Formats: sequence, structure tokens, C-alpha cells
Amino acid sequence: MKTKTILTHKEIKKIIATLAKKIVKKFTNINNIALVGIHTNGVYIAQRIAKEIKKIVKKDIPLGTLDITFYRDDIGYRNKIRYAKDTNINFDINNKNIVLVDDVLYTGRTIRAAMEQLLDLGRPQTISVAVLVDRGLRELPIYAEFVGKKVRTTHEQQIELLLKEVGAKDIVVIYDKKNE
Amino acid sequence: MTKKTNSEEFSLPQKISLKQKHLLGLEYLSKEEILLILDTAKPFKTIFTRSIKKVPTLRGRSVVLLFYEPSTRTRTSFELAAKRLSADTVNIAVQLSSVQKGESLIDTAKTLESMKSDFIVIRHSYSGAPHILAQNVSSSIINAGDGFHEHPTQGLLDIFTIREKKGKVEGLKVVIVGDILHSRVARSNLWGLTKLSARVVLCGPPTLIPKDIDKIFPQVEIEHDLDKALRNADVVNILRVQFERQLEHFFPSVREYSLLYGMTKQRLKNAKSDVLVLHPGPMNRGIEITTDVADSLNSVINEQVTNGIAVRMAVLYLLSLVNTNQ
Repeated sequence: MKTKTILTHKEIKKIIATLAKKIVKKFTNINNIALVGIHTNGVYIAQRIAKEIKKIVKKDIPLGTLDITFYRDDIGYRNKIRYAKDTNINFDINNKNIVLVDDVLYTGRTIRAAMEQLLDLGRPQTISVAVLVDRGLRELPIYAEFVGKKVRTTHEQQIELLLKEVGAKDIVVIYDKKNE
Repeated sequence: MTKKTNSEEFSLPQKISLKQKHLLGLEYLSKEEILLILDTAKPFKTIFTRSIKKVPTLRGRSVVLLFYEPSTRTRTSFELAAKRLSADTVNIAVQLSSVQKGESLIDTAKTLESMKSDFIVIRHSYSGAPHILAQNVSSSIINAGDGFHEHPTQGLLDIFTIREKKGKVEGLKVVIVGDILHSRVARSNLWGLTKLSARVVLCGPPTLIPKDIDKIFPQVEIEHDLDKALRNADVVNILRVQFERQLEHFFPSVREYSLLYGMTKQRLKNAKSDVLVLHPGPMNRGIEITTDVADSLNSVINEQVTNGIAVRMAVLYLLSLVNTNQ
């Protein structure tokens, strides 16, 4: 299997800092921002971005987690059991500028499901999307405002984050699924 | 697929799913399957605290509730579970249905199947009725209590409650008190608890404990003296005295039963101070349980009801994934 590193540890660190800066720049009222990480990697990335934002504004911003398992649109189409994790958003999302954070933006279906779930919880002022990697190949009209790195890919490829939060060496790799 | 495709799956001990598309009893589930249902119920429970207590997971699916025996909490619980998953529910009131015209169980189920019901939740006074349906119709069958056999979702919610409060099941001393002979709740608890390595003690009058239970559950202890049985207990599950099953033949009087097997505050002192008191409901207050025990801090009876919905949501969700594999 040929595996190519597309982001090194250093690059990931830099991207997180840039994303934090962009988010703070976009939403001038820092009291109104909240980050929501999508399980599982999105949660880690949201935590890292929140840390960077804190460095800039010297303040903790609300941080939530979202599990979209029960909002998926492929239940009954795919034979894949996902362990559902907790959705934990312990702040009022009404009138907030919510930034959904995920690792890789691909078909857009995860973001679609996450938006549906957020709207069940309240009425945010805005919802935007921050991702580490945008690999294209959208199947829904979904757009990410805050993107770390854009990568051209095909459906036959797989992007995998090996983050230090799960005991890996903190890199992002790409490989061909066929060659497994 | 052997290669893990994302880091979420890294943390999984193994990939498991339910093997059967029916839930007929805990006897037929492995330990891993039981744990999968219990773990999946946890995030469903968090949905109850939201203002919109609903997820779109089973949108477009239909769940038929076919109850040949009276029920308040189980039927309502299944109905709410299905509705909170956005499934459509239909209640068959057997008293008002074609069953009264002599329609057979299989014919009724085939009719419901022809109406494209994805799930049939059945309660029946005959042990094995859900199994007959499972063999004859293509819908997923969920046993909501069959005769003296099993009531798997009750067993699951009891174990979910124990696990939630105690953090584990393994090694806990669980005393099941009362009419074991006629209790499907007891049987489902026995299968589930023993699979999860709890230490189960059965307690009740000799007439109400099946003679050969030790052949099926050799590890289970039997103790007819409730005070002794309760010693050092972590959990006590008190069964309802089922008057509809003509119990007068099994013990001399309700008064005597209550004296010997009724759970009182005094008696509960034999158990650990943080003992959990469970009861599947509906309670006969003053007979198998006194009001001060039922309403004590040790009692988790009302939480059992809440947990029941979460567990049933998990069952419906996981079974719907099995459906698609076939």
C-alpha cells in the first residue's frame, strides 16, 4: 500500500493556528462564537482550534461535541455499525455563530447531518464549517468557509488522520483503497 | 474490509453487530451483542434532555405494536421509542381487531407484513408466539413479553439501569425476589445477568421457583429466606405478584407472601447500604414492596421507565441495521 503524507505534524499545527485566526477575524464579537466538533477527529481539532483562539482573545469560547450517527442518511443502505458517541452541547446555541469543525470535508453528508442536528437544538445566528482538509467530490451543496488544505482526490482514495490524541504521530496521509 | 478507515474505528475493540434481525430473547444474544445494545442506548438517553426529543434515524419506517395482553408502560415505551426515532407507529387494539373474529396469529402478522411494516412488536400470553412470527413473516419481530418465557427489553433496561448506577455488572450480587416461575422478566434478567457475569440469587416460595432452574443456570443460587438472600446484595429486583396468573394455588395467602417476601425498609437493611431497588412495574404497593422502599433513595424504579425508552430505541436502531444486510 502506497501511503503519502499530505500534512506533517508541523503543518497541522500551522493550519490550526491559521484557522483560529480566520475564525476570530470573521466573527468580531468573540462572545458570540462557539465551536462544535464532529466525532471523533473533529472533536480533537475543535479542541486544538479553541486553544489557539484562547491564545488570541485570552478567553475560553464554548466548545461542544456532536455525534451524527442518528442523523445519517445512509441508515439502511450501508452495512456498517458505528458506535454512537455523546452529543454534548451544554450551552445555548440560539443566536450564536456556530463553527462546525470536522477533519475532512468530502461528500458533505456529514455536515448536512450535523446541521440538521444543530437545528434540532436551537436556532443559531449562523453555521459555518471549518475543516483540516477539503478533498472535494461534494455530493451536496455544502461549502466550508475555513479550510486548512485543499487536496484533489478520487473516490478510490482514502484520507486518514493519525492524530496524537489517539496515540498516533500526528500526520495526515492519503492512500489508494484498492491496494489495501 | 480489514483496514481501519478512520481513527474512530481504531478505538473499537472489534466490529460487532447484531446477528439476527429479531429480538426474541436475551438467551439468543451474545455478551457482546448485549453490551452493544446497552452502549448504544446511552447516547439515545441524552436526547431526552433536549427540547426536541427526537432524531430522524428511522424516518419512513413503520413499527406495529401488537399486544395480546394488557400493558401500559411497555407499549407506551415502545411507541415513544419508535416516535423519538421518527418511525411511524400503529397500535393494534387486539380487543377491537379481527383477532376477535378468529383470525390466527400468523394470519394477523401476514396481514401486517403485507402492509409493509418493518417491525412487529408483539406481546402474547403464549410462550414462543414471537418465534412463530419470526419464522413466518419477513418483518423484524421484537418480543415484548411472551407467556412465561422472556421479556428481553425489560431485562435489557434492568441491566442498563444497574450498569449506569454501579458502573459494571460483573461480580455484583443481584437478588431476584418473587414469582420466578411465571416471570418472563426474571428469565430475561437471568440470561442477561449471567452472560455479563453477575452473581444472581433467586428468592421466593419453593412453589414459585422452577424445580430444574439449576440445570439451565448452574451458577445461580437459590435461597428461600429473603433476609439471608439479601445479605451483601448490590441489587434487588422485586417481581410483581401476578394475580392474573391465579397465584392463590402457589402460596397460602397474600398476607403470608407479603410477610415473608414483601420488601420492607427493615428487611432492606440486610443488603448493602447503596443497594439498588428495581421493580418492573406495575407495583402492588404493600404486597411485594412497601411504599417507603418504593419511594426511597435506593429505588430506581422511575429511572427504569426512562431507561426503557432509550434501550428500546437502541434495539430498534440496531435491528434496522441488520435488516439491510439481508
